[in-house]
Parts: sequence; structure tokens; C-alpha cells
Amino acid sequence: MTKQKTAKVVLDSEGIDRGLTRIAYEILEKNKGMEHLVLVGIRTGGVYLAGRLQKNISAIEGREVPLGILDVTLYRDDIATSNKKPPLGKTQIPFDLTDKIVVLVDDVLFTGRTIRAAMDALIDFGRPRMIQLAVLIDRGHRELPIRADYVGKNLPSSLWEAVSVNLMEKNGKDEVLIEEGS
Amino acid sequence: MMKLAKKDILGIADMSVDEINLILETAESFLEISMRDIKKVPTLRGKSIINLFYEASTRTRTSFEIAGKRLSADTINISASTSSTVKGETLIDTARNLEAMNPDIIVLRHSAAGAPHMLASLVKQSIINAGDGAHEHPSQALLDMMTIREKKGKIAGLKVALVGDILHSRVARSNIYGLSKMGAEVVVAGPATMLPRDIEKMGVAAFTKIEDAIADADVVMMLRIQLERQKQNIFPSLREYAQHYCLTRKNIKLARPDAIVMHPGPMNRGVEISPDIADDPGISVILDQVNNGVAVRMALLYLLSGGNE
Amino acid sequence: MNLLLKGARVIDPASKIDSIEDVLVEDGKIADCGPSVKAPPDITVLDLTGLIITPGLIDMHVHLREPGLEYKETIASGCQAAVAGGFTSIACMPNTSPVNDNRSITEFIRRKAAEANLANVYPVGAISMHSEGKQLTEFWDLKEAGIVALSDDGNPVMDAALMRRALEYACSLDLPVIQHCEDKNLSTGGLMNEGYWATVLGLPGIPAIAEDVMVARDILMAEYTKTRVHIAHVSTAGAVRLIRDAKKRGINVTGETAPHYFTLTDESLQNYDTHYKVSPPLRGEADVAAIKEGLADGTLDAIACDHAPHGRTDKEVEFEYAANGISGLETSLGLSLNLVHEGVLTWPQLIAAMSCHPARILNLSKGSLACGADADITVIDPELPWTIDTKAFHSRGKNSPFSGRLVKGRAVLTIVGGKIQYDGRKQR
Repeated sequence: MTKQKTAKVVLDSEGIDRGLTRIAYEILEKNKGMEHLVLVGIRTGGVYLAGRLQKNISAIEGREVPLGILDVTLYRDDIATSNKKPPLGKTQIPFDLTDKIVVLVDDVLFTGRTIRAAMDALIDFGRPRMIQLAVLIDRGHRELPIRADYVGKNLPSSLWEAVSVNLMEKNGKDEVLIEEGS
Repeated sequence: MMKLAKKDILGIADMSVDEINLILETAESFLEISMRDIKKVPTLRGKSIINLFYEASTRTRTSFEIAGKRLSADTINISASTSSTVKGETLIDTARNLEAMNPDIIVLRHSAAGAPHMLASLVKQSIINAGDGAHEHPSQALLDMMTIREKKGKIAGLKVALVGDILHSRVARSNIYGLSKMGAEVVVAGPATMLPRDIEKMGVAAFTKIEDAIADADVVMMLRIQLERQKQNIFPSLREYAQHYCLTRKNIKLARPDAIVMHPGPMNRGVEISPDIADDPGISVILDQVNNGVAVRMALLYLLSGGNE
Repeated sequence: MNLLLKGARVIDPASKIDSIEDVLVEDGKIADCGPSVKAPPDITVLDLTGLIITPGLIDMHVHLREPGLEYKETIASGCQAAVAGGFTSIACMPNTSPVNDNRSITEFIRRKAAEANLANVYPVGAISMHSEGKQLTEFWDLKEAGIVALSDDGNPVMDAALMRRALEYACSLDLPVIQHCEDKNLSTGGLMNEGYWATVLGLPGIPAIAEDVMVARDILMAEYTKTRVHIAHVSTAGAVRLIRDAKKRGINVTGETAPHYFTLTDESLQNYDTHYKVSPPLRGEADVAAIKEGLADGTLDAIACDHAPHGRTDKEVEFEYAANGISGLETSLGLSLNLVHEGVLTWPQLIAAMSCHPARILNLSKGSLACGADADITVIDPELPWTIDTKAFHSRGKNSPFSGRLVKGRAVLTIVGGKIQYDGRKQR
């Protein structure tokens, strides 16, 4: 059955840039500079966004903020019971997290389960002073008591809708779409 | 989403290239966990894995046990004795008993070729073959392929020489399947008494002189010689074997200058491999094999877990 | 009970008959046989139009397991399997527990067979005490007790000197010596045919030469001692060639093969299914072709199924520990008929290999439908398609790799000494 899906652009390239620039300033402001600060992007979308935030922050501060990559698959709460496994990406956190302010970066904040998994994973790498959360889109519908510290755009959505974040690095285009789910 | 299209890992013979790649890539992602201070992820919390070993094995059993523990699974080791003369519990009864205890994965090592296949057809749990007779040892071949890929960046197009007792080697058979599927050229060498009949039909060239096999090889894999084969007159003496089939500084020069040397362990130093080759980190990747072994077994346990969807 | 069998095609290779004839059975004997036999009064007339009447089939290589291994088979259950498979006579091997190496065991077997009262059972006695290959048994005494041949069966006589003495001593008593040809030094530890599949499966191989070397030795022995030897269950192309050449040179050697050796190859073992584990092992395609050729040109005289019933516990184990053998009496004819369907053998050739040839080798006055002969008769429906179902076996041994296989043709009536011992006509 072919069903016409109506996809609506809710954030364009400029909107994404503006959001990330603002978040970079907010991170520096909230943490009073970049001392102890590290960024950890959650695979896959969060990795590219964390990379952009790293650039933005470096441009402002003139120093590079450390950047790590986290694959949360092994910490997911549904992984042991499913025999369909997402492709497992490499986790690369080449620095000690103890006493660091870790800003987790993801593209869309939805149920909060990914962030729960990410926090568990981070704690296996040391004892951070603080964990903060930066997301491009917060679409609501939390299933866990989790909230973002930095949000590019709040996007009220229905459960039937799908939110997709396209980025230059993976899709060749910067835009955020909302569409009716199938 | 990816999944292995199988309940069990019985051998490389029935594995596709895609499946091998999936396992190797997954294993590469698992390498990092063993480097952490806290070498554990919660992935398989609440899962139980039984290591059922009917044959002595320290290396493989330990590797599977560490792999399971690093994934937070409960691992239980059972060392069963096997004998056709002593009337003990049959494998079927042991399997049914274990099945009733509801583990998730059974890792089986058995001296009888085909034993894992029998077990797999009887119980609902996933079976991983940790070596069956002279048949297959899939996790060893996978860790070997992972090590080759890590060191050489590829497998396709490489020349890999397997040297030793091919007749009795499950490592050789699994590697012949795996490496051939991945596009390598596989050659084997050993005394004629150690080359199984019609081995060429498995797609490998066979030689009775080590020099012919290792010439221009990118990878040289030495197999362990088992002393008890001497009693069957498979070879006359360790002394003579070592004189003609030991990998040495001299004959390794025939291989490519950047060749790597592998051994599935445990080694007979001075018999199939000279100590200065085994201990040379510029040539020998034997300890990398061990390290990769844990990652490969984590990948297998991870990909097989999940149960009956 | 007297019977008139009407309208069937009668194939009696011993009398060179192959035509539509009636067969009259009176007092357990063949009373008349001809194109149109007049029915005497008060006789049961069976219309067998479309069916084939042959001399009662004889399987000269069967294991009945009793005494000692009754969980696998008893003499009674084995006889039930025999008549259900179309066999009126069977020769049973001595590897029971204890071994049939003395008069009392032979007499016990004959008594049990008489009690079962189904098929003719001809015991084969052991060549050596306990079939250990050391001390000859009392051939004379065994013959008086009723054995028809000598064999150490699965423990082939490795000691050439002992084999020589056995051949000489047996020959003076006109007892055939049956040898399971396997050089144990070459085969020890082996689990399947040596070759590509053994290499792939990692199972220790049994080379074809383990059989060939022994066949060659025993042919030379028979030649030198001017005796005769019968080679059991030939499985290799080499053995066929050796027997063929020996026969050409006038040496008194005969040979048999089993249905699995012309039906299956070692490729069947690739799932480690223990039902395919037999001794000698299943061989390669070239061997299968040679076996068929050997049957067609008469090198191989007989088809015998090597009926080897086992209990589940003997087969439901690791391949290495599983017992050798197939429960074959109830599938032998169906599988052998394939040779006729394929055009390898003519009907008379097949029936000869399953009746008059084994009778001749064992010196039995059987295997013929001539007037005055024992009324041992097998009636075969040549076109009946049926699916082999081990659950329906009369044998206690349900161990068969052929379960589920579709075959064409089976025995529908088995008459032993004029008495209907199996009637499968309802299944038509």
C-alpha cells in the first residue's frame, strides 16, 4: 500500500546552525568557561552534532574541547531480549572522565531511554563531576525522569509522527523533518 | 538491524561472508571494553551461559568465560569426562538436564566431531561449537581472521600458509573455510601422513615441504603437534619433525618481508615454532590472537543472545 | 493348507522360468507349476494377477541379536521382519552374546526359530572361539548342530595362518567360510570412508584398501588351499575388481553386497546422522557404480542386507560412539527393486541374487519353484509405491536411514513351507 507521507521541514540548515551556536554559548556560560569540560556524542547523530559543538566552542575559546564518542547499544534496556542487534559502533573515549563536566550530545530527545543508557555507560569510564545533556530537538514523550540542559528546538509532536534529523555528514543535507509515521 | 540468521554457531562451513563480516566488525567494537578500567558492560545481565567442556582446554574455556563475564552474563563451567568405555550419562541426557535449567547459550567442546550438531538438534538453546574433534573450531578461525584483518588491513588477496598436522586439526579446517570465503589463498603443508585425503578438493594447495608453503606468504599459521600422534606413526619423532617443519629465522625469510606468524596455542616451543620467532613482536601476533579471542567470543555471545523471536 | 496361486508372473531363475503361470502348493511343497493348473477340489485359490511370484527370498547375512542382545532384536521379531520383507529364509551371524561358537548356542537359536515358526533360520557359526581370532571352534560339532556357514563376522580373521586352517578344515566339511573383509590395522579408529567427506567432517577415515587388502589375501588363500571363500558385504570398487578377476581365473570365490552400498554414498554423512554409520562404511560414487556393475555382470552373487538392528541408545549418541548398522530386512527388497527400475538388473537377475544364489552359496535346497521343492514363495507387487516408515517396522531395530524414502514394489505375500506367514495384500 502506498501512503503519501507528508514531511514538513521544521528546522532548516540555518536554524540548525543558530541552535548549535546558541548551545555552545550556553554551555560556556553555564559552566563558566571550558575548564573540566568534555563533549561526548552519542552514536550516530550525536557524534556529528558534538563535532560541530566542539568547533563552535573552540572558535569562541581558542582552545579545543576534548571530544568522545559513545555507542550506547550495549547499555540499552532491550538489548538482551532481542535477537535483532543494531550494528555495534566503536566507543572512543580516549580520556579519563573522573572529575570532568561531561556534556552528552544527541540529536533527538524522546523517551529518555538512550540517555539513561548513556549515563550508565559514562559512569563505567570514571566518576564525572557532572553530566549535562545537549540535544538538537526535544520532542517530548519522556518515559524516564530526564531533561535536557540545552535544547536547539522544542518540537511538540504526536507519538505517531516521526522526527528525522538529516545532517551534512551523513545525509548530505542539514534539515529536521517531521512526518506522519506509517 | 542486523542479526545472525542462525540459532547456533557450529562451524565456518555454513557461514556466509556477510555473517563473518558482521561478527568481525562487532568483535572490533568489543575490543575497547577489555581496555577499560571497568571491563564490563551490562548487556547480557541475567543471561546464563554454560561452558560444557568434554575435553581439556584452558585457553578457549577461559576466553569464553571472560567474554561472558565482561558482558555481565553468568557463566558456569562444567568439565565433563568423556569416554566411550565408561558408561556415564549420555550427551543427550546431559543436554536435556542442562536445558531444563534454562540457560541461554551452551558453549560445547567435545572430542567427537559432530557432537555440537547433535546437541543443537536436541535443545532449544543456542550452541556454540568450541571445537569438535578434528572438525571445526569456528571461534578460533574468527579470531584468526580478525587478527589478520587487524594486522594486514584486509584478508582478500593474502596468501596464508597453514603448517602442521592438518589431518587432526579443527583449526585448519575452520580457517580453510573462513579464509577462502574471505578471498585469501590458503596453502597447507605437513608430512604426507598429516595431510588428509582429498584436501585439495577443499580448495587449498597442499605441500609436504614447509618451504613450498610459506614462500611469499603474508601469514604463516603454525599448528600444534600432539605428541600422542607419534604412537600412531603419524611422525617418527619430535626431533625429526622439528628439523623439517619448525618455523625458524631461516625459513621465515621465504615468506614476505612483512609476514606475520600465528599459532592457536598452546605452543611447543622449538618443535613447530622456534622461540625467537614466537617471541618477536615484529613478526609474531600470537598474543594479539589471544586478545582478539575474547572480543570475538563476546561478539558471538552478544549476537546469539536474545532468544526466540 | 493347500493353495493355488493363479495369474501371476512367475520368475524362477533356477528353472529359467519367467512367464504367467499358476502354482499349486500341496502339503508344503510345490505340487505343480504351469500355464494353467486345474484347481483340485476344496483348495484356496488366490488370484494374483498383476503380481510376481518368486522363490522365497533368502537373506544370507542377518543379525538376530538373540541370545544376549534382545533389546535390539529377538529371533522371533527378526523373523517377523524377515517375512514382512518377503524373506522366507535367513542366515544369522554368530556375533550374539555369547557368540555362537558351540553346539548349545546353535541349538538354542534353532529352537527359538522353531518356536517363532515364521521363517527358516540358518545359523552361521563362529570361526574362532568368541570370534577372537585365536582358537578354531568345533566346526564338525557345529555343523551337526545345524550351522550352514562359518564367519567371525565383524571381527575378521586377521591371522592369515588361522584363516588358512579355517578354510581347509571347513572345506572338508563343505561349510562355506564368510569373511567380513577388513584389515583392522588399516581401519582401526576409522569411522567413515576415507576421502573428501571424511576430510571435511573431520572424522577418521577407513580407507577402501582396508577392505581390498583383505579380499585379495582371502582370494589368494582360497586359490592356494583350493577351497572357497565368500566375501561379505562388498563395498568397494577394488573388491569388485578383485573378485571379478579371481572368478575369471577359476578361483572359488563368491560375493555379496547390501542395498545401502548401491543406494548411498559417504556424502550422506554430512550431518553426522548415525543412521548412516555402517561397517564397512558407505563409500564414494565410483564404488556405488562398481557395485552395480558387479551385480549386473555376476561378479557379486548375492544381495544380503546385513540386517543390523539396534536400540535407540545405540544410535542416539555422538557419531564416534554410535553402533554400526542398518535394520534392513524390511527395506531390502524395496531398495533392491530400484536396480530393476533403473535397468541395472533384469527381474530374473535380481531374484537370483536374492534367492537361488544365496541358496547355492549356503548349500541350501531352497531358492527354486521346481516341482517337489519346499513351498517357500514370495509374492511381489512390482508397482506398489510405498514410503518406508521405521515406526511400522516389525523389527525391534528402527534404525534406518531410509525412513521417509519412497520406493516402488514390495512383498505382499510371504509363504513359508506352504503356509502364509505374511499377508500384506490389504495395503494394496
